[in-house]
Amino acid sequence: MLDQKQVLDRYYLETRCQLVEIAATLDRFDRAESQGEAPQDPRLDQIYASLELLSRSRTSADRSRRLLEMFSDPA
Amino acid sequence: MQIIQPHYHAIARTAQDYEKMAMSGVVAVAEPAFWAGFDRAYPETFIDYFRQISEFEPTRAAEYGIRHFCWVGVNPKEAENPPLSYEVLKHMPEFFKKPNVLGVGEIGFHKTTKNEEEIFEAQIELAMKYDQLILIHTPHLQDKIRGTKRTLEVLRHMNAPPERVWIDHVEEHTIREPLEQGYWVGFTLYPITKCSPKRAADMLEEYGHERILVNSSADWGPSDPFTLQECVLEYRRRGHSLQEAIEIFHNNPCRFLGQNPKWDIKPIKVETQEAESIETSTV
Repeated sequence: MLDQKQVLDRYYLETRCQLVEIAATLDRFDRAESQGEAPQDPRLDQIYASLELLSRSRTSADRSRRLLEMFSDPA
Repeated sequence: MQIIQPHYHAIARTAQDYEKMAMSGVVAVAEPAFWAGFDRAYPETFIDYFRQISEFEPTRAAEYGIRHFCWVGVNPKEAENPPLSYEVLKHMPEFFKKPNVLGVGEIGFHKTTKNEEEIFEAQIELAMKYDQLILIHTPHLQDKIRGTKRTLEVLRHMNAPPERVWIDHVEEHTIREPLEQGYWVGFTLYPITKCSPKRAADMLEEYGHERILVNSSADWGPSDPFTLQECVLEYRRRGHSLQEAIEIFHNNPCRFLGQNPKWDIKPIKVETQEAESIETSTV
């Protein structure tokens, strides 16, 4: 198993890239307004709610599970 | 669709790349001189490298019907060694005479050091003296803003003609200034960690396609020459016409590189009997 520094060394650039991809997708959505506005869509709220969850640095280490639950239909 | 790969490091790739590129419409590649993954100790090693990309690689590409052009220069990492760099620079003019050498590149900054700047300036001066095109590498990650700003300052100070300079590896935070100042810019697409085909399509939609080149990453590191075709597909899937894609992925390289008369591939225009069929034809 990797230590924390090794995790950062190995995954920092990849994570940085994934975050920029998310930013670019949200920018794309905003720019697309000129082509036609989307009706109120819960998927956008889910994306922003998930970003809020990820922005908390001091939280339990089960972010992936909680994120997937957030994107799931109620059981 | 005919495509040009304007930034491709063939010496780091296998013949399968050429074969698959040919099958996917690539008609020409241009290979800048770059860092070999380690710092070379002798000027002669560079000279042989320049011979490889100016004499041997065209024959390998020709096996697959692909035209091969190249650039010579001391890359930013090895520019950190000025004595070595100056020795290499002495030999560059003899390569400018080769039939497939288009100019000086890729040169510029890696860590934006004093040594890098000295050799960058010397190479710009050499390019201008011999009327060569200039291809500039900008730093990839946290140094990109600083390196790009300094690049523009150096170019301005040296009165380099913007229309003959291509500033490569721009991203969302560095594209605006070079374009506004009249330079050509390039996006370099990677499978991971740097600019992606989707983000490149975003920038094309935001900035238009004038003076913009798109190239894939194709070197000895994690890279994929077919990110270029991914970008073509992404761009077309967003509803842009075949001719618009040709303007970006074929004609723009012809416009920039064609400033050197050795580049004899001309821009193309799609003609159909019925205009609507352009919109429905495949990528």
